[in-house]
Amino acid sequence: MKRIVPVRRHGLWLSSAIVIALLALLANSVWRNPNIVHAVIWQYQFAPAILQGLRTTVVLAALAEIIGVVFGVVLAVMRLSASPVLRLGSGLYTWLLRGTPLLVQILVWGNLALLFETIGPFRTNALLTPFVASVVALGLNEAAYMAEIVRAGILAVDRGQFEASMALGMSRAVALRRIILPQALRVIIPPAGNQFISLLKATSLVSVIAGGDLLTAAENISSANLHTLELMLVATFWYLTLTTITSVGQYFMERRLGRSDAGRQGAR
Amino acid sequence: MRGARVRAEADSAAAGPRAMVSAQDVHKRYGHDEVLRGITLEVAAGEVLCLIGPSGSGKSTFLRCINHLEKIHAGRIEVDGELIGYRERGDRLYELHEREICRQRTHIGMVFQRFNLFAHQTVLGNIVEAPVHVKHETRAEATERAMALLKRVGLADKAGAYPSQLSGGQQQRVAIARALAMQPKLMLFDEPTSALDPELVDEVLAVMRSLVDEGMTMIVVTHEMAFARDAGDRVAFMDGGVIVESGPPGDVLARPQHERTRAFLARVIDGARAA
Repeated sequence: MKRIVPVRRHGLWLSSAIVIALLALLANSVWRNPNIVHAVIWQYQFAPAILQGLRTTVVLAALAEIIGVVFGVVLAVMRLSASPVLRLGSGLYTWLLRGTPLLVQILVWGNLALLFETIGPFRTNALLTPFVASVVALGLNEAAYMAEIVRAGILAVDRGQFEASMALGMSRAVALRRIILPQALRVIIPPAGNQFISLLKATSLVSVIAGGDLLTAAENISSANLHTLELMLVATFWYLTLTTITSVGQYFMERRLGRSDAGRQGAR
Repeated sequence: MRGARVRAEADSAAAGPRAMVSAQDVHKRYGHDEVLRGITLEVAAGEVLCLIGPSGSGKSTFLRCINHLEKIHAGRIEVDGELIGYRERGDRLYELHEREICRQRTHIGMVFQRFNLFAHQTVLGNIVEAPVHVKHETRAEATERAMALLKRVGLADKAGAYPSQLSGGQQQRVAIARALAMQPKLMLFDEPTSALDPELVDEVLAVMRSLVDEGMTMIVVTHEMAFARDAGDRVAFMDGGVIVESGPPGDVLARPQHERTRAFLARVIDGARAA
């Protein structure tokens, strides 16, 4: 029996070495950079103002995601409806909110009082506080993207699933809720996770209307002590933490949804 | 071979007992393409009708009209004396509300060529789904009947498996159990064995034969001539959107009257020999 010698892949070794060297350089440039005052980072990393901002960012992202998912599903179902009016309405919504910068949308919601002084019996400024305006702007924008993601997910479910549901006497609504959406979820989760990570970072844009988020908190501090980069690094650490937690959560959600796939390769 | 069950004696409507399905001059178009061009037939309660014919002849479309998965453009279809999909008032037919159509469908079981089991649910989940969420039975009640049905189709040990873990024949047997869980008065089979590997066909046909023996009213679109011959009460040959001829299997399959029937049967039997 002769020994098997795998082919030596010199290119792979070389490119790996280059990547490691670059990473080391990057870490070194931050760690050993004389222009970065590390003491400031340690001072503010867990400062109450920063943690308050972090909390706002998390709540903001969570509320916007809820609005985005619920409204996104509604928009997706409208898009697939038999009524041309509903299809057009949903299409126009997506066209408008995906086609304009989120920053502009946030500024519009934050300054809505300039357009309408009152909404019904309420004063606009009392109703749309910076936080509420931020939630609305982010949520409605998220819905436009979620609508497309959910629509793609619904279309990915085999039509036979819908027909089998109909043949068993299910209404469209029950079939959608019990059969179609749960299966669409497998297709929806990966891009939706991606989208949520985008949203987490997009919350930083509400600093332009003083939304009180993590970046607003960091900017408030840095405008006082002029350590701009240090505070951006403080914020960066928290953004990375949040996106990492999201990725891990997404991994487990995908694994759970993959249960019904078990043995798909082996079965036939 | 068939025990004590009542047979519909003759082809004509008057001779049989209560009609379970009655179709009169049914037309169906896709755009300008007329796929059903006046289908008239009756199926008596307890009768088994096999629909045969070349692909594209409209047999599956007709089957799907019976539970209103497809809308018909002219004619009428009644199941157990009830007009399907429409309400008759004066000389007009008003399309029924979704809720009414759903109620009508709960009495009609359907089995598809591609099984269409709910991929995200276990075998048991598939079977109890409609009884629980359409008929609002308790889960315990639905589960009890589901287990009995699984035992009957020989898959009691697969209750916790997902469809992707089953062979095609097992999936189709689950699909039959799922349809039976709604306790239908009529079962529609749309080429139930066409997507199966040859060695898996018999296990599905065996389950279907047991249904025949119980006296279930069935309409079976099939290419299985052996099944049509010895399980069916009647065979109807369709081509080009019309029923070319129908009658007892012994007549239609052994002594076809029409040239088109003869040509089709010759092709099918040659094909079976070649395989």
